[in-house]
Amino acid sequence: MNTCDLVIIGGGPAGLAAAKSAYDAGVKDLLILERESSLGGILNQCIHNGFGLHTFKEELTGPEYAQRYIDLVEERNVPYKLDSTVININKDKVVTYVNEQDGLQKVQAKAVILACGCRERPRGGINIAGARAAGIFSAGTAQKLVNVDGLMPGREVVILGSGDIGLIMARRMTFEGAKVKAVVELMPYSSGLNRNIVQCLNDFNIPLKFSHTVVDIKAKDGRVSGVVIAAVDDKLKPVMESAEEIKCDTLLLSVGLLPENELAGYADVTLSPITSGAVVDDKMMTNVDGIFECGNVLHVHDLVDYVSEESEHAGLCAAEYIKKGASRNSQIDVKGTNGIRYVVPQKINKDDDFAPISLKMRVANVFKRVEVAVLLDGVKIAGKKKQIVTPGEMETIALGSEVVQKVKAGSTLEVTLLSGGQK
Amino acid sequence: MIKEMICISCPLGCHLAVDDGDKNDIKVTGNTCPRGKVYAVNEVTCPKRMVTSSVKVAGSDAKLVSVKTSEAIPKESIFDCLEVIKSITATAPVKAGDVLYKNVCNSGADIIATKHASKI
Amino acid sequence: MYDVLIIGGGVIGCSLARELARYDAKIVVAEKENDVATGTSKANSGIVHAGFDAKTGSNKAKYNVLGAGMFEELSKQLDFPYRKNGAFVLCFDKDDEPKLQDLLNQGVKNGVKDLRIVSGEEARRLEPNISKEVTAALYISTSGIVSPYEMTVAYAENAFVNGAEFLLEKEVTDIKQKDGVFEVTLNNEKVYAKSVVNCAGVYADVINNLVSKNKLEIISRKGEYCLLDKKCGGLTDATLFQLPTKMGKGILVAPTTHGNILVGPTADDIDNKSDVDTTYDGLNTAFDKASISVPGLNRRNIITQFAGLRAHCTQNDFVIGESDVKNFYNVAGIESPGLTSAPAIAVDMASKIAANLGFNKKQRFTETRKGIPHFALMSDSEREQLIKENCLYGKIVCRCENVTEGEIVDSINRPLGATDMDGVKRRTRAGMGRCQAGFCTPRVMEILARELGKDMTEITKNGKGSNLVVGRTK
Repeated sequence: MNTCDLVIIGGGPAGLAAAKSAYDAGVKDLLILERESSLGGILNQCIHNGFGLHTFKEELTGPEYAQRYIDLVEERNVPYKLDSTVININKDKVVTYVNEQDGLQKVQAKAVILACGCRERPRGGINIAGARAAGIFSAGTAQKLVNVDGLMPGREVVILGSGDIGLIMARRMTFEGAKVKAVVELMPYSSGLNRNIVQCLNDFNIPLKFSHTVVDIKAKDGRVSGVVIAAVDDKLKPVMESAEEIKCDTLLLSVGLLPENELAGYADVTLSPITSGAVVDDKMMTNVDGIFECGNVLHVHDLVDYVSEESEHAGLCAAEYIKKGASRNSQIDVKGTNGIRYVVPQKINKDDDFAPISLKMRVANVFKRVEVAVLLDGVKIAGKKKQIVTPGEMETIALGSEVVQKVKAGSTLEVTLLSGGQK
Repeated sequence: MIKEMICISCPLGCHLAVDDGDKNDIKVTGNTCPRGKVYAVNEVTCPKRMVTSSVKVAGSDAKLVSVKTSEAIPKESIFDCLEVIKSITATAPVKAGDVLYKNVCNSGADIIATKHASKI
Repeated sequence: MYDVLIIGGGVIGCSLARELARYDAKIVVAEKENDVATGTSKANSGIVHAGFDAKTGSNKAKYNVLGAGMFEELSKQLDFPYRKNGAFVLCFDKDDEPKLQDLLNQGVKNGVKDLRIVSGEEARRLEPNISKEVTAALYISTSGIVSPYEMTVAYAENAFVNGAEFLLEKEVTDIKQKDGVFEVTLNNEKVYAKSVVNCAGVYADVINNLVSKNKLEIISRKGEYCLLDKKCGGLTDATLFQLPTKMGKGILVAPTTHGNILVGPTADDIDNKSDVDTTYDGLNTAFDKASISVPGLNRRNIITQFAGLRAHCTQNDFVIGESDVKNFYNVAGIESPGLTSAPAIAVDMASKIAANLGFNKKQRFTETRKGIPHFALMSDSEREQLIKENCLYGKIVCRCENVTEGEIVDSINRPLGATDMDGVKRRTRAGMGRCQAGFCTPRVMEILARELGKDMTEITKNGKGSNLVVGRTK
């Protein structure tokens, strides 16, 4: 069996950043396994701008952002294999992958970083009734067809879900000559960025219908011919009396992203039911020693910049693990309460001397004028006042070394929302 | 005339009302910070947008190469710009940063590739 | 001139074609869609019923028990997924328990072996996720599950390699009898056959009524299903039926041969023979009722939904045999347990037709059919070997179901191969996983276009009109 110090699964933004930082931290025997035929991951199809303001202090398109990291990896001659799909990892860190040239290969790794991203929730996941006809796509599939393959999914479009991919695709389809008749959002607010609502919908007079959903899909001769939308009540149940049909030939679904964690499951990695990603410590290490997660496979991020940052950290920690092994004798749990839906990492090692520790979180609802506060055994040790927090945006709180020292003496760490700065 | 808009300067998304009856004294209400006013004034005087799309590419495995305008162009020129983009065929090899079309719609902006496309 | 023209490329038509292909006769299957297994045969529960359910003495009872006994060997011969997983009929009310005994008695009369009544506790010991409300259950060890569309495709391929012809996208619009020969109009084109077998599913009444004086009425009974992610596969290994009550026939929870969990079907009579749309109420009913058997079902794990139409004949039994018109045969009203019965009906009908028309057995008949090698189901050493033989098996296209390019190419190029996305999907499972073709759609389109020498814009979901894309952007 081949051996390798570090195998990174996924050559998208997370895997590339992890590879770069692990390499710089001294790991020269590493391998990136990428299932597509080029590095860069989903960024390759995200041809719009808006990436990189945090990382590179300039606004880049997806392919440009990807290329920055591809260049960093190429400069270091980090080995990678394309068109190579990992079909198994076990808890002993034996990675099995296949490709056309090498056939089936097993690699014994010292450490593995899972950086395999997320997938889109399909129609079935939200139980939309109606016809099963051509013309129903998840927004990302349509994005690939339009931006990479140059194919037009349809001419008259309704989009369900106002997450950023849905909004971006509304503009994209408009740019390519389609008529986007409506964007329909189940919630009373959008999980997408305001700037995208303005630039992708308002600029083109595309109506955004909040608190509505698609309750039926009509088809004629094998193709979507319309969708029926209805308002939902405060329990998100459709009010059928309000149903109206919108004629269209295409329905795009942008109804959520799900971390793709099947491989983690094979390796007995514990997953969080809330994030659908692994439960990790501040070193981004899962419950299995030497298996790390970062990027959208861990939890769905709003900005790729944060993916890069988190993944560089994971790469660094994997390098440290390869040199020194794990020391996880004592851990403190990190919990989200009172409106904080989740916090990553979920655990902090008391033995670690790493700082700052970046806590990433999402809220469960829209809250205005709140403080995102970190409480150690009930006492506030850090906080961040916000005019508004929304589920669509990830919040980050960095714990500096002084705070981290305090945390080590405590027993419970809680991130919570305080209204107006008070508990 | 009073125009309504949502500020995109930060996630707060203030609903702004802009009175541009007097071009020299544009009045903005609804903003919670000075950035809202700057945004609103720009939006009523000369709104600009970046345009991103893709162009056909010949002689490559890739069917398309992604492009952007080198800077934001006036909003009203977006669809004319897209027509130009539609008419371009790039020839491989293309490198990210290559100028594929100069001064699109007299905006001063160029169409530039945002991705490499290697020759077959 | 054909000896036998079979109308309908579902499991009934295809199994009959295969059994008739054993004889020295010219056999043809006319199917209105562009592939086999596109109607009821692709959208049903996939259960190989043991045979306790049907009324003793009925065609249903007879063919069910006979058919069920054939699956073990047949699935090996034709290489389609089948597994004997056992089943429970769950009873939720002490007062209803005598009905379990009635079912058991009926099963014994029908010739079903290994039936026993177990207590609620015992049922839960065998299947721990069964509801605490279950007071007792009938346990049927011989009940099985099958992949119905793969079974149908297997039959069709085997019929095809043994000489049966398949005319796809040919809808029967008229049948006339002239000089003892049937003139059958298929979309304005006429073909001639000495005999015709009506296996037209929900359309069997329309076909019969073109020819026979004894009119049939087939009602489309819609059944809606939800399919759950493979990660829920552990919820039950056995098929869980609910004891029919005053409230109606229950909803089943069953594993599929591929490890998903299927819940459904509802039963709604509709006056449309092509409406397989799911409905808001139907899907909710299916799921809510299924949750009575297995309270641990979680809606979040649903990956897709579908509906199928059972061909319910008002005579309440299968209508099988020669009609009042000589050499015009019906295999009609084939609702549950039709899938289970198909192998037995096919053998029986083939021998009757052969006897009537004086067919002789062929010298050469290829009894077995080898399916597409499924990468996902192989050991690593088998995978290694296969990639060495054909490197396309090293390129995974559908990441959720681990379907390789090799399998997709095979599904297109094999006898009666796939010509559209759904055809590839039924044969390989590409797109059947948890992302529901989100990632593999563009790749499969590309492979289909390449293998069929078509443009990507010509690729359809399921035939005419269902082009996935409407053109090029530029």
